[in-house]
Amino acid sequence: MDLAQRRPPRLLLKWLIPLAAALLSAGVFFSVPLFTAPYVIILMTSILMYIILSVSWTVFCAPSQYFSLGIAAFFGVGIYTYTLLKDALPWAPFPLLLVAAGIGSSILAFFVGLTTLRIKGMYFAIFTFGLSELLRHFVMWWEVNMTGTVGRWIAIVEDIVVYRYMAALAVITVLAAYLLRRSRYGLALRTIGDAESASEHVGVNASAVKIAVFAASCFFTGAAGALIATRWTYIDADFAFDPIRNMFTIMMSLFGGMDILVGPILGAVAIGTISDVVLARLPQVSRLLLGLLLVAVVLFIPQGLAGLFTNLKWSHVKDRVLAKLRGRHDG
Amino acid sequence: MLVRVLDVLIAGLVMGGIYALAAMGLNLQYGVVRVLNMAHGDFIMLGGFGAFWLFTLLRISPLLSLIICAPLMFALGLLVHRLVYHPIRLKSPSISAFEGYSILASYGLIFILQNLVIVSWGGRLKAYSYLASPVNIFGAIFAANRLVALLLTAGISVGFYVFLSRTRTGKAIRAIAQDTEVAHLMSINVDRLYAITFGLGAVLAGLAGVLLSTMFPVSATMGFSYTLIAVVVIVLGGLGNILGGLIGGLVLGVVGAVVTDLQPGLVMVAFYVMFLGILLIKPTGIFGKKGG
Repeated sequence: MDLAQRRPPRLLLKWLIPLAAALLSAGVFFSVPLFTAPYVIILMTSILMYIILSVSWTVFCAPSQYFSLGIAAFFGVGIYTYTLLKDALPWAPFPLLLVAAGIGSSILAFFVGLTTLRIKGMYFAIFTFGLSELLRHFVMWWEVNMTGTVGRWIAIVEDIVVYRYMAALAVITVLAAYLLRRSRYGLALRTIGDAESASEHVGVNASAVKIAVFAASCFFTGAAGALIATRWTYIDADFAFDPIRNMFTIMMSLFGGMDILVGPILGAVAIGTISDVVLARLPQVSRLLLGLLLVAVVLFIPQGLAGLFTNLKWSHVKDRVLAKLRGRHDG
Repeated sequence: MLVRVLDVLIAGLVMGGIYALAAMGLNLQYGVVRVLNMAHGDFIMLGGFGAFWLFTLLRISPLLSLIICAPLMFALGLLVHRLVYHPIRLKSPSISAFEGYSILASYGLIFILQNLVIVSWGGRLKAYSYLASPVNIFGAIFAANRLVALLLTAGISVGFYVFLSRTRTGKAIRAIAQDTEVAHLMSINVDRLYAITFGLGAVLAGLAGVLLSTMFPVSATMGFSYTLIAVVVIVLGGLGNILGGLIGGLVLGVVGAVVTDLQPGLVMVAFYVMFLGILLIKPTGIFGKKGG
């Protein structure tokens, strides 16, 4: 983390390049369906969903070192917010409902943060660990005792439409994560992760920063949940709050590497493809392998795949090449 | 009315005993080794399966299984500590980095243990019947196995408490919990005691599992909720506070029984509300010390 050496980014670098990259990738995502089979679209939608989940997870957890184990909870709340609002306001436009679902998750994240982010990180991990289970129990109880149902029907949305929205949301998520990392909040979050009391001494309002960024990051988790749910037609509490999504997201982020933005994207693409193509036929064995892989990553490459590459620093390579050109050999 | 109160109270104490036993193991692992082992419930599950197979295949009484499972669980605990948590400790730059990474690793461990069991023995509920004969206590009727479990959890907890407060090893473990560096200076072999403590945590989980299997069916996915309960209990009693955890376990057990009596679907929710209340009012736990 060479913050001190980083020059202040020029306007071009700060806004235009990320914006151009976002537009370009959006263009690519939108033109892909013109060439590919429907199966590829479905696979890509779920990979894009995991990109959203893992990027929005790492954007808070990696710099602050507060690990949330409750991704499935915010995901499920997004789904239920969407479903309830869709039933109540059938005329509301689709994008508006997605935004509302994201806000629903953010509100929950705000209250979770308000109660647990102000104390030690351990409590945050513990609390979010059980949050999806709590909501699963509660929603199930509510549906059986209050509404007299078990699950709910969701009006199906065409695969290609879901794909387009997911691609757009993924681009927005990555862009937002990129901008956040370079902003005052991103820097503040990193100082909190390095030494929380020291960061408070230099004037960072640690609790406020943690709560704000956590709530904002959960917006994308909730919206992604609502979006993917339109592909399922029927949801119940067991499915909406399935803890396997925690596992996948954490696994992807760690495997890809949490220190740079490319890491979780890399992890989501790699593990998403492998698990869908190779392992979906043997669910138990694949879960077992995922568990082994997670432990192995923590033990052997805690920096993730991206970490392996950043160790080969570009500046080192450049220096070596320049030295060679000048005919000097200083090792 | 009296019968109903007795019903709820005894059921609550029985479950509370199990919760306390399970929480004591996790408390020890977190308080001393600094590992918040999210796979703790899965060690409970393994204990339950051990008793189930010993009973169904070899007709071995669960009481004997307690004695058979304890060293096996201890060995498993040592193995997991040696293969997973010890290497993470060596690599971690700071104690908080170690805590974070060990949580993530234990999350992976959950999936490993659960799915190993599902792959080898299937995902269905498994049960056997042991001492199910009814016993009448002032009109409240209970299966004898509940009372046996209650007596045994009390016995094991007291025994373990005495071990911690009276024996040399127990005192060394408590010394590490208080101040690792000073304990090291007093020539306590910290690494060895980390391994022993983690193993003991696994033993306590396994014993809780054996006792649970005498009363309820076991399944591969049962661990998750017991991890949660153990966590709530130790937060209630104060992280690292063994006596607080014992009382916290009994409190949780009774609350659970009362809620089960009124609204069976809301037990977990009730536990969570208590958890939230503690975090809001007194994060160090009811019996926790200031700043602990």
